[in-house]
Amino acid sequence: MFDGIQRRVASIWLPRLPSDRALRMRPIDGPFVLTVKQKNANRIYCLNAEAERQGLNRGMPYSDARAFCPDLQSRPAEPIGDERFLQVLRRWATRYCPWVGLEGADGLVLDITGAAHLFGGDGMMLSDMRLRLSKAGFSAQIGLADTRGAAWGLAHYGEGLAEPGEALQALGPLPITALRLEEKTVIALQRLGLRTISELEGTSRAPLTRRFGPELMMRLDQAIGRQPEQITPLADPPHYGVRLTLPDPIGLYDDVMAGTSRLLNSLCAKLNAREAGARILRLTLRRVDQEAQIVELRLARPLRDPQRILPLFERGVADVDAGFGIDQMRLEATQVFPLPARQISTVSSSRKDQLEDLISRIGTRIGLENIERVLPADSHIPERSFIATPAVNSEPVGSWRALRPRPLCLFPPEPIAGTEPNPPRQFRWRRMPLSTAQATGPERITPEWWLVNDNWRSGVRDYWRVETQQGRRLWLYYTPQNPGWFVQGEFA
Amino acid sequence: MSTFLGQRVGLRLRRLMTHGWGFETLSYQCNLNRMTSDLSTYFPLRKARVHEVCGSGSLSFSAIVAAQACDCVFWIREAWRPEILNPVGLSDFFDPSKLLIAQVKDQTEGLAVMEEALRDGNLSHVVMELGEPLGLTEGRRLQLAAKAGKTIGLCRIPEGMGSNVAETRWHCTPILDRDDSTLQRWELIKNKSGTLGAWHVRWNTASRSLHMASPVTE
Repeated sequence: MFDGIQRRVASIWLPRLPSDRALRMRPIDGPFVLTVKQKNANRIYCLNAEAERQGLNRGMPYSDARAFCPDLQSRPAEPIGDERFLQVLRRWATRYCPWVGLEGADGLVLDITGAAHLFGGDGMMLSDMRLRLSKAGFSAQIGLADTRGAAWGLAHYGEGLAEPGEALQALGPLPITALRLEEKTVIALQRLGLRTISELEGTSRAPLTRRFGPELMMRLDQAIGRQPEQITPLADPPHYGVRLTLPDPIGLYDDVMAGTSRLLNSLCAKLNAREAGARILRLTLRRVDQEAQIVELRLARPLRDPQRILPLFERGVADVDAGFGIDQMRLEATQVFPLPARQISTVSSSRKDQLEDLISRIGTRIGLENIERVLPADSHIPERSFIATPAVNSEPVGSWRALRPRPLCLFPPEPIAGTEPNPPRQFRWRRMPLSTAQATGPERITPEWWLVNDNWRSGVRDYWRVETQQGRRLWLYYTPQNPGWFVQGEFA
Repeated sequence: MSTFLGQRVGLRLRRLMTHGWGFETLSYQCNLNRMTSDLSTYFPLRKARVHEVCGSGSLSFSAIVAAQACDCVFWIREAWRPEILNPVGLSDFFDPSKLLIAQVKDQTEGLAVMEEALRDGNLSHVVMELGEPLGLTEGRRLQLAAKAGKTIGLCRIPEGMGSNVAETRWHCTPILDRDDSTLQRWELIKNKSGTLGAWHVRWNTASRSLHMASPVTE
């Protein structure tokens, strides 16, 4: 099949990956389980060897487990974190061979054809894997055989090494569950009295295929090597980071900017090749005394144009304390978004780009979230009739329409004297004696009962537009349920 | 040197006599003259300069200035202040989707942001709310930035805290008018290149335009 090169596949099974990962972060002695909420009950998701020895198993309700084992310790499971960690392990496993794929949610499969001799042969490679994984705190079972199926079976049921061409001998005594079959098929085969793989191999194929479909024989052939099976190696996710190591430390502003420019050019070339744009950039400047200074740049929108990004670094770099000098620079795009190439035309909105650059520049000073845009909101409550959102994440939308006159500025209600339902003729506000010349109203606004708002505890409000003899135009309200007058805004 | 200084002092005196003192001493007649002088020479505000406005009607003055902008309006305010701009109310003056609000920590940060925004040249109007008096250095830096970016800057200041660097300073007060609730008195109380004056103006909400009004006598 492979022109004389014997194919070799290793399968690593990590039966306790979630709990091992949790214990790696915070080690615990004694029985330990991870729990997950399923069907309204906390169940055991994964457990360590100690807990298994005490008679617990996966899928068991957590309350039962605690009754069995009073000193049980637990933590909630994090399946997403486990998945991510398996990706990290996959990347680690590329130290053995370039073809590494995932095997389910808790295993890796490595095509080590032609790579084993670099570690001194199959056996040495296997023990090296085992040693390193156990050092890292993982209980791993590893199988090595000519085919993916055989390696999987060995990893899960035998743990060991099948010499080249001896897959059947190694797999023979293993139970038929080592063939990656459906549970239904396994039970049916066991009822027929076929318990091991060698017994299955010895039975005539045609009646089995007729009864169980082609899948059973396919799995057997895949394990023994009569049918090929592929390993899909996963590509490394693109890494947007570049670094520059200097023979002599630098400390002048211009030098650092020149270095940054060089890094930025190569990073932007990388972004350009993948049609992506960086939203957050982090420049790490390592000093000779091992300290690191970090300059973080948040952009108003994804960019990959070095000429536009470089000036935005000026302010951050100027603040850096170079100490005895900087000898390593590292530029990383920590948040990357797709940014397809755009058609440039004479009517393109370069003005919009420039405005976004300005927002980025000011954002480096006061924080991007502090530059706001207002959007209309559907509410009669004056303070909730608009929303202020960061300008970078929003587009100006919606139409503004004031159904009734609204003041230019709003402030927290300021009480004034008076308990009558009609606007007071004379009142003092902010130490100014004012007299009402003309009052328009009332406009009744009721609180939104479906939202808790402490400011509206006093119930409905009757808003009045009061023009004073002195000129000021105020927005007053009266609370009939809790008599009192307040000033809330000014029309100016 | 001394003659040069003398010349300069003489110039300043002459200017004060023609404009500044006249405002204080001459009475109603002069007032009438100023009423008739043309607002359009001073408003819309001179480009590439920083102006100031004070008084109780300063917010609507700022809104009317912002309404002259054809693109984005940058509004800088200190985040801790309890008064908030109400965009629904501002929609009588201009489209609030043009508004960008920068929430700054204190006045120093706000001035830095304003300088940056003025110098950039992509915005036509930058409005800032000041709480403390502006020093000569800061004011001059803002003027230079406005000149570099050809941007109009407007500072809303508390009364009596004007800086000498401002191009013009306006004092705005709303005036009671039983028929129309937009009547205001705009008084030009400082002008670096021109005369002073006072006008009564109205804002037409429907057409979003400014109209002169004859002074109300009650």
